[in-house]
Amino acid sequence: MTTPLTPPPKKDPQKRTVSPTRPPEMRSRAALGLTAAAADGRFQLQQCAECGKVQYPPRDACAGCLSPDLPWTDVSPAGELIAETTVRTSTKLYFRERTPWRAGSVKLDAGPTIIAHVHGDVARGARVSLLNRLDRSGQGVLLAVPLERTPDMEDDPQMRALSSDPKHRRVLITDAKNPNAPALAEALAAAGSPIIFVAEPEAWLPYPGRERLLAVPGVEILPMDVTDTASVQKLAGEIGGKVDILINNARFVRPGGVLARGDTTFAREEMEVNYLGLMRLAQSFGPGMCSRTADGVNSAAAWVNILSVNALATTPDYGCFAASNAAAFSLSQSLRAEYRSSGLRVMNVFVGPTEDDWHQPLPPPKVLPEGLAKDVLRGLKEGLEDVYSGDVAKDLYERYRRDPKVLEREITMGNEGA
Amino acid sequence: MSTLAELAVKMASGDVKVVDLTHTLDPDFPVIILPPEFGQCARFRMEQISAYDHRGPAWKWNNIHLSEHTGTHFDAPAHWISGRDLPRNAVDSIPPEDFVGPVCVIDCSAGAAADEDFELTPEVIDAWEAKHGQISAGSWVLMRTDWSKRRGAEYLNMREDGPHSPGPTPDGIRFLVEKRDIRGFGVETVGTDAGQGSHYVPPFPAHYILHGAGKYGLQCLANLDQLPPTGAMLLAAPLKIKDGTGSPLRVLALVEGI
Repeated sequence: MTTPLTPPPKKDPQKRTVSPTRPPEMRSRAALGLTAAAADGRFQLQQCAECGKVQYPPRDACAGCLSPDLPWTDVSPAGELIAETTVRTSTKLYFRERTPWRAGSVKLDAGPTIIAHVHGDVARGARVSLLNRLDRSGQGVLLAVPLERTPDMEDDPQMRALSSDPKHRRVLITDAKNPNAPALAEALAAAGSPIIFVAEPEAWLPYPGRERLLAVPGVEILPMDVTDTASVQKLAGEIGGKVDILINNARFVRPGGVLARGDTTFAREEMEVNYLGLMRLAQSFGPGMCSRTADGVNSAAAWVNILSVNALATTPDYGCFAASNAAAFSLSQSLRAEYRSSGLRVMNVFVGPTEDDWHQPLPPPKVLPEGLAKDVLRGLKEGLEDVYSGDVAKDLYERYRRDPKVLEREITMGNEGA
Repeated sequence: MSTLAELAVKMASGDVKVVDLTHTLDPDFPVIILPPEFGQCARFRMEQISAYDHRGPAWKWNNIHLSEHTGTHFDAPAHWISGRDLPRNAVDSIPPEDFVGPVCVIDCSAGAAADEDFELTPEVIDAWEAKHGQISAGSWVLMRTDWSKRRGAEYLNMREDGPHSPGPTPDGIRFLVEKRDIRGFGVETVGTDAGQGSHYVPPFPAHYILHGAGKYGLQCLANLDQLPPTGAMLLAAPLKIKDGTGSPLRVLALVEGI
């Protein structure tokens, strides 16, 4: 049985904050397939295209027939724990600080036997399911968990280390005025987040949703505008040491491509909020969060960006907005690399048209705030890097994986020009 | 003694005081809000270039970004469609002597305290003139409402049917322009027009009538309660922006014997 996590005590001001350490990062190019699958929550192994043999560990030629054609394929994660041990010391600092640590061999129904991390609730010889999750180095690793849910299983220390679970963690939502802010705050409170800071730009202008936000337990509304560097620095100075998860939901959106607009005024606003806003937040909040990724139960865990899925492939109806999101997406990849040595995870949540004023003329399906919040929470609990929220985003991503050029043409064709 | 030498002596002795009628340019100071599909007035923003650090070891300086119409600002005739074809209608071409002139202050603070949509009508102006004498041609006329003392959401006072703040009626502003030939009209609110000014005929009468007649506007003024009804001198010189329709500026008043 997992011992449920209790709210962490107030921090001892005489104790030095533990510096982050991390598990080994290096992987072969072939092994990065596991990481890529873990990033968006898939369980995949290499399967030989010629003889069908499922492979593990990842390799460049089939262990059965030597074929080099080993595509990463969805396979069943079910298997049996055939051997297990508890590691009590290690030469690796990260594990040394976290012993005892359970490991074992799992014989997968799909074929291979795999050495994996083992959840505390798995009995010897039990049937298990393997999860492919990102560790604090951002690499895909496998964790054997019971086939059926067990009480408080997410609180198992080995499982929690592979997630960004908001339970007992304090969150900053960066824009109180985004229509999705109340739904995000409600979902976080329900998931056990004790304090939800919500940044409010331009308090001199009223907005709907403020009352609903204030009704959420743990919500504290504080002034900040992501376009105002001084205000970002000020809030980071005040609460930066208490932000364990940052959700950047600030967004400026107007319809229109390059020629429909005719000027750069809205585009400038889009870059100020969607791109430079992210940069300002990262420069002010990032260093503090990176230093607190080993700070106990409420350690800093994740940085969440909510991006338009059209960051991957544009739609000219919202072409300038999509361009600002493409810039933010690129920046998030740099940020992810810069944060990685600390173990702070960057999670991008890609979303299609959302149910709000600026997407009102578009046909459904559109993503509701509650749907988006649900996907953000799932991503945090599963420790993902990439989340696709809603059918439009999922579909676009699948087509993007298949062929970006075909996708570009598919989205943009059909306009009869002059 | 020459007039200016006398002025210098009186300023040194404190007989003539300088009153600052300007709000601080602050990122959080409200700007006018238009329907969101229109372009919007930029907020004041400041980014540090260096602060005696690796970006510039011995000096501190900032880049700023703002609209012509951010903070305490001047409106030139070119700001409005009614003034677009007038000669010398932009801040860089307005004759500089227009930037210094006498000022009348109509105290509407009691009315604005009682009614947030308080209107400056010809009757209000008549009553003021009965007490303080006729407004002379070439005067700045400032409408004191004490609105500058409001903070936060109270300042724009935005509701679902738009902002609510005091301002002149079409007849009020027409009277000042046509009968009194004023230099310009200034307010403590975010625009020379009332919050509900779009519902008058013509819409936004202060902008339409003032600028159509080549007159100027001053918005977001402060400290009007420190000015006498008449007798002060206003210094309101906008930045010399090429073809500029307005400009943030420091508005000062010279006040004698307070």
